[in-house]
Amino acid sequence: MTEHQRLELLRAIETEPLVDHAELAVRLGVEAGEVGAELASLEEAGVIKGYRALIDWDRLQTGAVHAFVDVHVNPEAEAGFDAIARRIARFEEVHSLHLVSGGRDLLVVVRGQDFKEVALFVAEKLAPIQGVTRTTTSFVLRTYKTEGTALLSATEDTRLAIAP
Amino acid sequence: MNPTSPPTGRISRVVADLAPSAIRRFFDLVAQTEGVISLGVGEPDFATPWSFSSAAIGSLEAGRTTYTSNQGLLSLRRGIVAHIQRLYDLLYDPTDEVLVTIGVSEGLDIACRALLNPGDEVVIVEPCFVSYQAAVRLAHAVPVPVATHAADAFNPRAADVAAAITPRTRAIMVCSPSNPTGAVYSRACLEGIARLAAAHDLLVLSDEIYDQLYYGTEGHTCFAALPGMRERTIYFNGFSKAYAMTGWRIGYACGPADIIAAMTKIHQYTVMCAPTASQEAALEALRRGEPRVAEMVRSYDQRRRLLVDGFNRLGLDCFEPLGAFYTFPSVARTGLSDEEFCERLLVERKVATVPGSAFGACGAGHIRATYATGLPQLREALERIERFLQSL
Ligand SMILES: Cc1ncc(COP(=O)(O)O)c(C=O)c1O
Repeated sequence: MTEHQRLELLRAIETEPLVDHAELAVRLGVEAGEVGAELASLEEAGVIKGYRALIDWDRLQTGAVHAFVDVHVNPEAEAGFDAIARRIARFEEVHSLHLVSGGRDLLVVVRGQDFKEVALFVAEKLAPIQGVTRTTTSFVLRTYKTEGTALLSATEDTRLAIAP
Repeated sequence: MNPTSPPTGRISRVVADLAPSAIRRFFDLVAQTEGVISLGVGEPDFATPWSFSSAAIGSLEAGRTTYTSNQGLLSLRRGIVAHIQRLYDLLYDPTDEVLVTIGVSEGLDIACRALLNPGDEVVIVEPCFVSYQAAVRLAHAVPVPVATHAADAFNPRAADVAAAITPRTRAIMVCSPSNPTGAVYSRACLEGIARLAAAHDLLVLSDEIYDQLYYGTEGHTCFAALPGMRERTIYFNGFSKAYAMTGWRIGYACGPADIIAAMTKIHQYTVMCAPTASQEAALEALRRGEPRVAEMVRSYDQRRRLLVDGFNRLGLDCFEPLGAFYTFPSVARTGLSDEEFCERLLVERKVATVPGSAFGACGAGHIRATYATGLPQLREALERIERFLQSL
């Protein structure tokens, strides 16, 4: 598989993880068995971490609540941000965690059943961690677009059905 | 409404004799049918990338709602020139060798009107975009078709082009990558046409609107960049296809200053200038559009392989198209004519395609199916076509 084909494979699988491998092989112009083999080796190499569904939780009564939490920290002399980031990442409530530029140090996405659970997690678990100097919590009220996919109602195909 | 038929003779003979586009009939048929999956569309399924649209909105908000220069915004012409230079190492002067048109459609029309005298002949490689014949006829000139064949991957043979040339021939019209076949003419093929153009002192109208929708490895050959061709070529391109901007109506023509000046004269009297906000969107497309185009090309390429493979698997022989977003499989095996095939496929299985003969007589026995439609629709269309073939 060429580098171009490998990238195309990853791009395809990122948006349609359930795609039929035989079809994907045709689309990429490779042999039928190559897609499975390449995916296996990309999994092995840790490039592919998993296959996930994209869920619009807002469509359900009970679902998940997300909050973006800006975290300011005093980095440790030796370990810098890594040590404290590792400590924060261990919590199951932490959905994702990034070291970012700008007015804060860490951007933590916290996920819970409801607002209270998330708020209490920040107050009782995150804020007291040694080295954390300040947190600001922004709850997600509605998600318009995630993972490159707009969650708004789909736009119609307005093209004429036959055109030159 | 007047119940009696309109008086004859008040429409000009040229227009009255012009056959309505063969696509039109299918369009009406599709309009009457529910739940159709269309592989009959000649435009991208992508929405215009938002940064292009927002540039137009910004220009409206800034109040730029007046005419531009007849030739188009100088900034856009400069952008076009830089783009062509980067791709093809071909240099045009933005002040007098570039004209921004209302799509390639207008460019072709005014080029024919600017260049042709009544009775002049234009050699047209077929099957081709439906407007070519009409543009020539409306200029009171005569289209002379040259047939191409699946066996040659729809590349014209130099001998066939040569045979179509007469003392009245003024120009040759070529389009690579091609609508409707998706064929890309080889460099050798285009060089053959170039030799004929030079030998017979002909102009070449080269419609390269699909140049960026190219899936081969050798790169697109720009006709005007062939040795000696810049001085006798009008290069047509536009934003409709590669940038998913069909509704914005922006194209351009580049060529020798005398020809561009003549075309500009007609353009100035008939349309003044291309729409201002659309020109701003096109400029943004040139400035920041490349990653978006690359994404779309990658997506088309996968769908192209899927559809070509699908047709071949179903026994509808389909040569590998290396450009545009069309496939042109043969339906000869079914024993149906291309028109019967398309009509029955539409009525019985609700898949819209276009008969190849709509693009010239030599397109008969083929259908045009576009892959500018979503993967789920392509999969479903292939299944429906399979069931249709089984039912024959
Ligand atoms: C080969 C070819 N040339 C020109 C055009 C017209 O394009 P525009 O939208 O720039 O007028 C089309 C559109 O289908 C086409 O396929």
